[in-house]
Amino acid sequence: MPDIGAQLWLLGPEIVLAVFAFGVILLDLVIKEKSVLAYLSIAAALFIMFTMFGRQGTAFGGMFLADGYGLFFNFIFLTSLCLSILVSLKYLPVERINFGEYYGLMLFATIGMMVMASAGDLIMVYLGLELMSLSVYVLAGFMRQSTRSNEAALKYFMLGAFASAFLLLGISFTYGLTGTTQISGVAQYIKDNGLAGNPVLAFTTILYVAAFGFKIAAVPFHMWAPDVYEGAPTPVTAFMSVGPKAAGFAVIGRVLTVALGPVSSEWTGLLIVLSILSMAVGNILAISQTNIKRMLAYSSIAHAGYALLGVIAGGPEGLASMMNYLLIYTFMNIGAFTVVTLLRTEGVKGEDLSDYEGLSKNHPLLSALMLLFMFSLTGIPPTAGFMGKFYLFVAAINAGYLWLTVIAVIMSAISAYFYLRVVMYMYMKEPGTVIPVQRSTAGRVALMFTGIAVLLIGVQPTGFIQMARSALAGFGI
Amino acid sequence: MVSLQWYVWLSLTLFMVGVFGFLTRRNIIMMFLSIEIMLNAVNLSLVSFSHFLNDLRGNIIVFFVITVAAAEAAIGLAILIALFRNRASANVDELKEMKG
Repeated sequence: MPDIGAQLWLLGPEIVLAVFAFGVILLDLVIKEKSVLAYLSIAAALFIMFTMFGRQGTAFGGMFLADGYGLFFNFIFLTSLCLSILVSLKYLPVERINFGEYYGLMLFATIGMMVMASAGDLIMVYLGLELMSLSVYVLAGFMRQSTRSNEAALKYFMLGAFASAFLLLGISFTYGLTGTTQISGVAQYIKDNGLAGNPVLAFTTILYVAAFGFKIAAVPFHMWAPDVYEGAPTPVTAFMSVGPKAAGFAVIGRVLTVALGPVSSEWTGLLIVLSILSMAVGNILAISQTNIKRMLAYSSIAHAGYALLGVIAGGPEGLASMMNYLLIYTFMNIGAFTVVTLLRTEGVKGEDLSDYEGLSKNHPLLSALMLLFMFSLTGIPPTAGFMGKFYLFVAAINAGYLWLTVIAVIMSAISAYFYLRVVMYMYMKEPGTVIPVQRSTAGRVALMFTGIAVLLIGVQPTGFIQMARSALAGFGI
Repeated sequence: MVSLQWYVWLSLTLFMVGVFGFLTRRNIIMMFLSIEIMLNAVNLSLVSFSHFLNDLRGNIIVFFVITVAAAEAAIGLAILIALFRNRASANVDELKEMKG
């Protein structure tokens, strides 16, 4: 029996974050100034970010795996947590939802994601997924006076619960087939017994792809995304377009490429269909949107399609490019949502595309940063988005999916239309009414940080991709 | 002795009843109950697998699933109440404020 202290040490990041989450909810009772709770949450996240690396091993009979893969994803989750909280600080009072539970729920959602990324067992995948989802459902409906927010939460909840039932059925049948729920054990059993072509296994594969496809908002499991992204509070939209999506990809990496790795030919075809559909539907439907949050929702569907290329390519190269892309996507997408959030002030929604007309005349720096994020989301050098796509496409071509890469490139070209339309509105149209901007120092810090990260990764891209590659050492693929 | 297949088919049938109910019912409470039927169908299959494999793991998962389903019910009904306060209707077809 291994020593329990060493096992708890491996779970350290999750435990510390849980303690802080409960702390935030308790302190909420006595602290009137809610920004204190926000800074406390950020402090917790930063503390974990700087101390979590270097943990290696398995805990609790293989339930929990502390490895480079999980830690890399934890880094993505904690980054998106910090940035979303910074963005929320001045937004919540404007919407009159300045409650302390908001930060507690954000922390709980992050713990769920971290558990998902480090899960060594299908039970842990399910529990992490539910902890994350249940927190995010509440966050999506946090503006409880607004019918749009209620509607977003209810749609997300209904379809999310429906999808997780399918995941559970998949877990149950995997268990019935292999007699274990441990991810490495499932892979071993499939390999030893030559289960390729087994109809039950094919059935569970479809269930997994559907359940995880829902979490990453891939077409045809995307119907919830535009409505939920539009109705939820903007910082929450920023958070859930990055965190749960990355967590979904983390689980795809664990369950599909490891547990079902021996039968990869059975799910690769499904993922190819999902990827092509996501890129096509996401990019084409985004063209006709006039609400910027809705446009970014369709864009996030398309980006799930790009990131799936990495999983399809497979191997350390493909997975590393997928992880790298998700990190870059965190910076550029939260950056874009930060600009959207800063335009929300008392009495001004600032969500419509027409609100961006002539923005550069009144707010030159904000417009320049929005331009940078839009270029990055399109994939124009020298921004990070270009490098992220570059590594994804290289991995896909090396794996022999040249035709798929061609489709992806064509789809990115289509996406230039609606991303650059925002830029055109900002720089080439005359301003109508002057749109005020939130005076939020925290929001500006987030904006500067994401802007610098997008530029820096764009000119110096090797750092994170190397980090992702070394994180995959000992991943078992 | 009833063989495993009967249990598996029963649970799959129940699951499909839940799926069908979710897709055809328009009342949110009924849709919610359909999801509960789906979860319990899975629980049934987990318990029967557990029994026939002589392994406790399946039973343990069922406990987790029951707990999560309870939490899910609490949150789902809370969201529904928040919605009901604003628009006094539990019909999904009326949830169409956002489109595009």
